[in-house]
Amino acid sequence: MKRSHAPIFWLLFGGGGMLAALFGTALVLVTGIVVPLSGSDVLAYPRMLALAQSVVGKGFVLAVIVLFAWHAAHRILCSLHDIGIHKGLVAKLTCYGCAMAISLVAAASLWRVGF
Amino acid sequence: MSTQGRPKGEYRSAQHGGNSMHRPYVRPMAGWWKRDPFFMRYMARELTAFAVGAFAVILCVGVLRLAQGEAAWNGWLAALRSPASIALHVVLLVAMAVHAKSWFEIMPKTMPMIHVGGKRLGAQTITRAGWAATLIASLLLIALVWGWR
Amino acid sequence: MAESPKTIDVEVLRYRPEQESEPVWQRYTVPYTDDMSVLQALQQIKDDQDGSLSFRWSCRMAICGSCGMMVNGKPHLSCQTFLRDLLPGPVRIEALAHFPIERDLVVSVDGFVKKLEGIKPYIIPKEPRTLAQGEYRQTPAQLEQFEQFSGCINCMLCYSACPQFGLDPSFAGPGVLALLHRYNADSRDGGQALRMEVLGSTEGVWNCTAVGYCSEVCPKGVDPANAVNQNKVNSAKDYFLRFLSPRGSKS
Repeated sequence: MKRSHAPIFWLLFGGGGMLAALFGTALVLVTGIVVPLSGSDVLAYPRMLALAQSVVGKGFVLAVIVLFAWHAAHRILCSLHDIGIHKGLVAKLTCYGCAMAISLVAAASLWRVGF
Repeated sequence: MSTQGRPKGEYRSAQHGGNSMHRPYVRPMAGWWKRDPFFMRYMARELTAFAVGAFAVILCVGVLRLAQGEAAWNGWLAALRSPASIALHVVLLVAMAVHAKSWFEIMPKTMPMIHVGGKRLGAQTITRAGWAATLIASLLLIALVWGWR
Repeated sequence: MAESPKTIDVEVLRYRPEQESEPVWQRYTVPYTDDMSVLQALQQIKDDQDGSLSFRWSCRMAICGSCGMMVNGKPHLSCQTFLRDLLPGPVRIEALAHFPIERDLVVSVDGFVKKLEGIKPYIIPKEPRTLAQGEYRQTPAQLEQFEQFSGCINCMLCYSACPQFGLDPSFAGPGVLALLHRYNADSRDGGQALRMEVLGSTEGVWNCTAVGYCSEVCPKGVDPANAVNQNKVNSAKDYFLRFLSPRGSKS
């Protein structure tokens, strides 16, 4: 019997799913609807830079982006399997590769922002 | 005798020394998720992953622009003000809500038996606890964003 | 109050490998009374109309697990499914989904039986026990941990509900994994490590995407979805912590 390596991706999927369930609706509402429509300056550069420079802020933003990305990648890979596309190397590299790319860009950006 | 459509499928290779009377028929799985409303709801739940992924990309571009300076950041904020972006975020909002709802409905299935005060914790209670946690988390987030100094 | 109909139409997916290359629907008209089960309709057809109709059944009371079939597209025990709930008909009956059809409503169960044998479905004592030690004792709380999962009658309706099994028949499946959990959760059993190989394999719990339909269709309230998904945590623990506790030889 071959051991499955799914636990790695399942943990990332689960963490991302939980974060998305807890914070997803509020995040989308605030950043994508309320702030743009109300013209509030709550997302102004100085404030958001300070948030991203704090350890707490950095950690939270990084966790959200990275875990959302891996959650989506894993679920999409499983959905492809559900509609008949085998979980082959190409499918895995495409899905998890995108998640890795998003993770690296986010991490690099949050590092560049400084402390 | 009425015949209403024949399912297309395949055979397993003959066993039992090539007895042509033993020819198990395997029915195709194509389009299985259309066969039952339960499966359609499952697919809708799984599709919310695209919204979660899309939002991760949007936020990722955001932190990238943040790192590139004030002008770049304001460009990102301006893009979020476009009607197309607002419309997209309405769709993402619905998808996030569907995700949260289905996530907390499935959550009890992933947990072992929990006993509180001698009684077994029911699935509905666990689901409602999830919703309560979301409410608190959302309020905390709003407080964080508006109150950050 | 509306009058009960005198007859109801039943359509059965026939398959006789010696005379047809593909399954074909056949319609029968069955005399109706409002206490009849789908099984009784099939028996009427076989007894009085068409003796060639093949189907499995035994107890007629939803405990043997023999009579599983698709009724109007959903997995049911035919002895526990009533024509009065399916009026006005026609009632469409097909062999249990996701299994190869041997003949008419008879499916191949070999795979399922092999998987069942593979999970060691018996108490493996924690240590050797003499007769003098007497019987095992269990508290109601210990019984509660596994009792629900012991209700499985091996009817395989959950396999028909499970699209992951349909897509990949090597998947151990909801029923077998629920039974595996039944033994792991029993305080008398010490075989968790032995069964972990099945749980964590490519045929184990990781094929499950928590569709949850298996628990919906189970006629015995076993909740296989719960058994499978809570063991994802156990399997993940085993996966990440296996290098920490050195296990000598695999006992």
